Amino acid sequence: MFLIVGWPLLETIRLSFTNAGLGGEQYIGWDNYEKLLNNRKYPGIVGRTFYWMFLSVLLKMIIGTIGALLLNAKIRGKAAFRVMVMPPWIVPMAIGCIGWLWLYNGHFGILAGVLMRLGIIDGPFEFLAYKSSAFYSAVVTDVWIGTPMISIFILAAMQSVPDDLYEAAYVDGASRWYRFRRITIPQIMPVIVTMSLLSAIWTFNSFEVIWILTEGGPLGATTTMIIDTYKMAIANYKFGYGATRALMVVLSLAVFSLLYLILLNKINERYKTK
Amino acid sequence: MGKYTLFQKAGLYLAVLIFMTFILLPFLEMFMASLRPLEHLFRSPYQFWSNDMSFQAYLDIWDTVPMLGRYIFNSVFLASVTTLLCLSFVIPAAYAYARFHFKGKSVSLGLFLGVNMFAGAVLLIPLYKLLRSMGLLNTYAAMFVPGAAFLVPTGIWLLKSYLEKIPIELEESAWIDGASRIYILRKVVIPLAVPGLIVVGVATFIGAYAQQFLFAITFNQKREFMPLPAGIFEFVGYQSVIWNQLMAASIVGIIPVLLIFLFLQRYLVEGLTKGAIKG
Repeated sequence: MFLIVGWPLLETIRLSFTNAGLGGEQYIGWDNYEKLLNNRKYPGIVGRTFYWMFLSVLLKMIIGTIGALLLNAKIRGKAAFRVMVMPPWIVPMAIGCIGWLWLYNGHFGILAGVLMRLGIIDGPFEFLAYKSSAFYSAVVTDVWIGTPMISIFILAAMQSVPDDLYEAAYVDGASRWYRFRRITIPQIMPVIVTMSLLSAIWTFNSFEVIWILTEGGPLGATTTMIIDTYKMAIANYKFGYGATRALMVVLSLAVFSLLYLILLNKINERYKTK
Repeated sequence: MGKYTLFQKAGLYLAVLIFMTFILLPFLEMFMASLRPLEHLFRSPYQFWSNDMSFQAYLDIWDTVPMLGRYIFNSVFLASVTTLLCLSFVIPAAYAYARFHFKGKSVSLGLFLGVNMFAGAVLLIPLYKLLRSMGLLNTYAAMFVPGAAFLVPTGIWLLKSYLEKIPIELEESAWIDGASRIYILRKVVIPLAVPGLIVVGVATFIGAYAQQFLFAITFNQKREFMPLPAGIFEFVGYQSVIWNQLMAASIVGIIPVLLIFLFLQRYLVEGLTKGAIKG
């Protein structure tokens, strides 16, 4: 276990100080780091990665929570809906992305097709061909993949809220919205907080969606740190320089998680003293 | 408690409809595209329904990409081996975490979850070098070994919370009767943990099936070992994409996981969420 998980991390650290490639490797000190810090494009990639993560996770949490609420409502067929919500998560990402690839097709996909019929756009529109539309299209696909799991977990949290809380509030004349805000939200908060962090980490590392939809293009508009690392290390065989970038990913994630947890603690304390 | 008014009810159903459309639209579109003849796909303006739809593409896929059957077999095979390998690590480890107290327990558990964080793409480089130097690139092992390694932490985490719920008295009485640890694990714990094992097994299988793409395109270039998520891109040619067949093959490819999921979804949803919330 350590061999396959702990060792690669140490090896990555070691490699980041070398110029390893397909040939031999030599110790070159901090050169890779210097090169990376002087790389003009890199700050943009880092910023884009965090923006990608923030936007995607936010949407996943909002849609996921709404989805959980809907699945929790007392309506007919909710058992079937609960099953139907799962496929994006169950199906291999690569295959789900193929479906989206066609949806985004500017001439013949259903999105462009419907938009054209409605007259919102007056000609074919390639969603993945323009910088910003490609980025947001990738976000939508990523949200699609991530939402089901969040919905299911939040749903489970909602169901573990004791019924008597709702009944007591109902007897006291609390409206549905009030009950949601004052009972449901606080009760499911721990799960939301945990899921946000986990989801953030997964989104940060998400590879398949971007790779299949755009391979980081057009013009690098969807290149996140993971895609960038992969291109450098595996596609260009620059293991050493790639390792430096990989470590940046680990570092960013660690810093982010730490800040998130510290912030969380602060908030918790404030609630306690109130 | 508080019945919905008719108006609220309508709104609720509408919202469910919109939500479900978002979730299922890509699959619907895949299915629709797979039914259309290729030349029809490139017909503008967009038509939702037409008369020339057929299941022809489902017959043609086997000729266009003769290895397709092999890819599907590879996928199922790889996912199965990954699951077995993963479980053989997870069961003893989860048991140890659930029952014994040892130094560094919470630290190492944290590390395990940390692995989830550093997943796949970051550790690819050393794995790539390692597999290359061991001559394991372009083999099945190149895909299922890393695959299993990345699924072990989640598995331990899930199974641990399951095992903790098994009353310890049962094990203690077996212990007093002179049973060994291994014997207890085999004859007492595992039978009681079957529902938990199903959950972990299915979750692992699905995870293994889903993650194949990255490992496959990185560690393997041999066509005969390709799993479906990677092999399916053979329909994407240099000149043109045979869209309808690509979609048909995708749908054929997701049927195995969907079937497994449908049979076991009851356990899966319950087990996953229970373990996570109370664990």
